[in-house]
Amino acid sequence: MKTEVPVVIAFVAGMLMIVSLFSPHPVFAGPAAVMRNWAIVITAFAYVLGVANIARISAGTVRTRGRDWRYKVVLLASLGGMLGIGLAGGIQGGGLFDWSYMNVMVPMQSTMFSLLAFFIASAAYRAFRARSVEATLLLVTAVIVMLGRVPVGERLWSGLPAFTEWIMEVPNMAAKRGIMIGAALGAISTGLKMILGLERSYLGSDK
Amino acid sequence: MSAAGEREGMVRRLSHLDRRIIYLIVLICAAVPLVIGARVELSVGPPVRSLYDAVDSLPPGSYVYLAADYDPGSLPELYPMNVAFVEHLFSKDVKIIAASLWAPGPPLSQRVFDDIAPRYGKTYGEDYVNLGFKEGREAVMVSVAENLKGTFPEDYFGTPCGEIPMLDGINSLRDVSMIVNVSAGYPGIKEWVQQIATRFDIPVGGGVTAVSGPEMYPYIQSGQLVGLLAGMKGAGEYEQLLEKPGLGLAGMASQSSVHVAVIVFIGLANLFYFLDRRKGR
Repeated sequence: MKTEVPVVIAFVAGMLMIVSLFSPHPVFAGPAAVMRNWAIVITAFAYVLGVANIARISAGTVRTRGRDWRYKVVLLASLGGMLGIGLAGGIQGGGLFDWSYMNVMVPMQSTMFSLLAFFIASAAYRAFRARSVEATLLLVTAVIVMLGRVPVGERLWSGLPAFTEWIMEVPNMAAKRGIMIGAALGAISTGLKMILGLERSYLGSDK
Repeated sequence: MSAAGEREGMVRRLSHLDRRIIYLIVLICAAVPLVIGARVELSVGPPVRSLYDAVDSLPPGSYVYLAADYDPGSLPELYPMNVAFVEHLFSKDVKIIAASLWAPGPPLSQRVFDDIAPRYGKTYGEDYVNLGFKEGREAVMVSVAENLKGTFPEDYFGTPCGEIPMLDGINSLRDVSMIVNVSAGYPGIKEWVQQIATRFDIPVGGGVTAVSGPEMYPYIQSGQLVGLLAGMKGAGEYEQLLEKPGLGLAGMASQSSVHVAVIVFIGLANLFYFLDRRKGR
């Protein structure tokens, strides 16, 4: 029963969602809408689980003075602070929560992302070498696309933007499409195996 | 040391250049164009033009669902797009329903509204609304496509959607003319295409970070995406079509010089690599 019941639930839920995709009949659409709402609620609870987990692990590290425990103190203080501000004053625009978000979180995350430019430049200098035919092809294509994406490239050769667009629309798209079709077929296959009860790893490793 | 030996030593030193020098050069290339306010002229690509045309052809009074699915990490690339879309939609008197599947998204789209709405004399609740964030990813996409107010019972400020005048008669995404998505990743524009565009027959277009751009080309060619802005260049091209230079065009001069610097780095590194290898033979 411990195996059969979850497999039956997975089969009914999976088949219902597939049928509702092709048939808008209320017999299928109604229950499918209810199940989507359940999915939304369950996903939202993942946040609660995530917050509880990170708080538990970080508190343990602080208690034992483990590696980087000072950062964990900052993490817990920030987490508790934002949680308190949000619960006390709400998260709507114009409040303290919004102010903290805009003036702390936004600049910090933008800064982290901006650092990528420096790392990419350094990595390109150190690692982007024409060591083989494949690496040379990649290197030449990357340089063409990079040049074609900025006005300087157009100054060098007026046809460069169009040539860059051709690279994106033909060789790039052929590869991307192949990857996407392969991934989609794999997802369909895994989904069907789970719905039909052939793939049961989600029940636990020994099932 | 002989001249050949000195040359060899120099090549070796240059091929292992201190990364701080590279960082300094990148900093100069990025900062100088911003400081002097350099401007560049961009050639507009077909994906940007087709999105611009699709938005431009929307009749006044129609509705657009603006999905702000991004966070501050991708703000430098995506915020200019968000601004350009809102500018264009307000200038066409199109009503905007904004929402986000990314928790950090709503304050960012609200900031865009707060900056731009007064310039066009637009009123919250009558011309635009921010429904805030809802967790649930693809489930929320389908849910909002079938029942907008059931999925978002309140807006970002806690006002019940039933009390918002512009949402009278708007029950689902079938009542909007287009979905415009500003997307930093998952869930984002790919999922809007997969879950909504074909199934509900609603046109989807939008903008993504430059690194995600190549992944979206199959959807453009199939017509499932009406158009696409990729990275800051896409935002700059859109601003150019809109004739409203903003953050996208301002940042492009800086991005151009950094691109050139990276290309020069790659060229030099390979030159030193070959000189070093030839010496090794």
